[in-house]
Amino acid sequence: MKKDITQKIGFGFVSLCMFITIFFLFAIIYFISTRGIKVISWEFLTQAPRNAMTQGGVAPAIVGTFYLTLCAILFAFPLGIACAIYLCEYSPKNYVVNLIRVSINNLAGVPSVVFGLFGLTVFVKFFGFGVSILSGSLSLGILILPIIISAAQEALLAVPQSLREASVALGATKWQTIKKIVFPAALPGILTGVILSIGRVAGETAPILFTAAAFYLRGYPKSIFQEVMALPYHIYALMTEGTHPKEQSAIAYGCCLILLFLVLLVSGIAIFIRQRQRSYYHG
Amino acid sequence: MKERIIKWFFTVLAFASLVFLVGIIIVLFKEGMPIFKTVSVQEFLFGKSWYPTFVPAEFGILPLLLASLWVSMGAMLICVPLGVGSALYLNEIASPRQKSLLKPLVEILASIPSIVYGFFGMVILAPFLQDLLHLPIGLCAFTASLVLGIMATPTVCSIAEDALSYVPRAFKEASFAVGANRWQTLVKVTIPAAGSGISTAIILGMSRAIGETMTVLMVAGGAAAIPRSFFDPVRPMTAAIASEMGEAPMGGEHYHALFAIALILFLITFVFNIIAEIASRRYRIKLGLSG
Repeated sequence: MKKDITQKIGFGFVSLCMFITIFFLFAIIYFISTRGIKVISWEFLTQAPRNAMTQGGVAPAIVGTFYLTLCAILFAFPLGIACAIYLCEYSPKNYVVNLIRVSINNLAGVPSVVFGLFGLTVFVKFFGFGVSILSGSLSLGILILPIIISAAQEALLAVPQSLREASVALGATKWQTIKKIVFPAALPGILTGVILSIGRVAGETAPILFTAAAFYLRGYPKSIFQEVMALPYHIYALMTEGTHPKEQSAIAYGCCLILLFLVLLVSGIAIFIRQRQRSYYHG
Repeated sequence: MKERIIKWFFTVLAFASLVFLVGIIIVLFKEGMPIFKTVSVQEFLFGKSWYPTFVPAEFGILPLLLASLWVSMGAMLICVPLGVGSALYLNEIASPRQKSLLKPLVEILASIPSIVYGFFGMVILAPFLQDLLHLPIGLCAFTASLVLGIMATPTVCSIAEDALSYVPRAFKEASFAVGANRWQTLVKVTIPAAGSGISTAIILGMSRAIGETMTVLMVAGGAAAIPRSFFDPVRPMTAAIASEMGEAPMGGEHYHALFAIALILFLITFVFNIIAEIASRRYRIKLGLSG
């Protein structure tokens, strides 16, 4: 039968697409880890670069990425949660809310380099924070705000309406209901979103190019008003600057493996938890 | 009283996204517009030479604009079949067990940082393709398209899969009932029903590809000339901003020109996002889902 042959070809093509997609995932992980693992050592993880970036470790970059990620989350987390609570619990259905929704979706689609330019103009120059951890993490924070908002929204919407009604029926006010019933119930989902955005922040490069990152610094940053080294920028700089391409690219492999490991670990955990939660709610 | 204060508090914070979006627009206009005192909008958009540091400097972004389109189009040729195909596989063929394994893997592919993709493209894919196809340069539009295509695939796949999963079961059952097989049902019923959802996925994939920075910065080759073939090195808009901003004297013409490029870039993705928004809303109405 002709239609059965068409079906075979069609399904074959579709399966091939799936295979190629997954193949690339494993290809990337395979190549980065087999070559990166050669340079990873205790020294590589705990020491500063030496001899014009050709020896030593990348500890300052790891620490820098940690600071940037932490500050970005501290900024975006409360703001994102508040926004999601407003949209899910308080929002009257009107054009204002629609406007907020559209602006969140659009913010999510803004190219990452544009956040860098915004950070450069507003945080570095206008507010005078200079090229610093603060400027960088604020720029990163704006970038992940939409991700946190949508994750928190999804978590809040998954809380059954009957819980809210039961609480209000007992005489609780709206705020009490949100604080004591809805928020605790949604917290695991919200945290999953936060973990996912940690993965995203840690790997972003373009927003910190002009707002926070430095190729080489002596010692670790002591305040949030200082420049900082960061893993993703370090990879870029190792590949495009400097005078010892061969040694530098070996170190870049190592950085890439650390970054990939961190991001995959963090997002792997979040994706795993999220999948379990989803099946929990959907029976 | 306390309740009202709390409500106001949340309302004010909820406007943060809007404030940031408007802030971005203001910054781009304020810092980008001054360049149009030097060159006309037309010269800027259609000028064929980008020599921002020459004397006299030339600010024609056509090579950069074409490079962005060129590379993104190439990426679409890869990520649309791969992404939509994978979504169809997940939706139609995969068993629940397979699906619970494959979907997270696709999400993990999406979570790999762009710098890692860029690095992968630069040190592994580019030399490999150069050998394989006997290219003069490995870092070119073709390689960039390939890497961007891989990057955008999970975006397209996840959104398209969501759209497909919203198609009511009854649609498929009706189709089976009149004797269609699974493939016919997929092509004639499920895909058309999920059509605008799938187009949302494609548009957002395109938007992601055009706005992607680090990958094209590392892989596309960087030559600011009008691309003549897929194997020419090119410099897309994002790469130009990222690589030149460091050297452009603050407040100078070059600086303003880069902001103007960012403005164009922003407008392009903005339009894409609005179209995607409209398409997904239409889709939800069509299937009777809440708006």
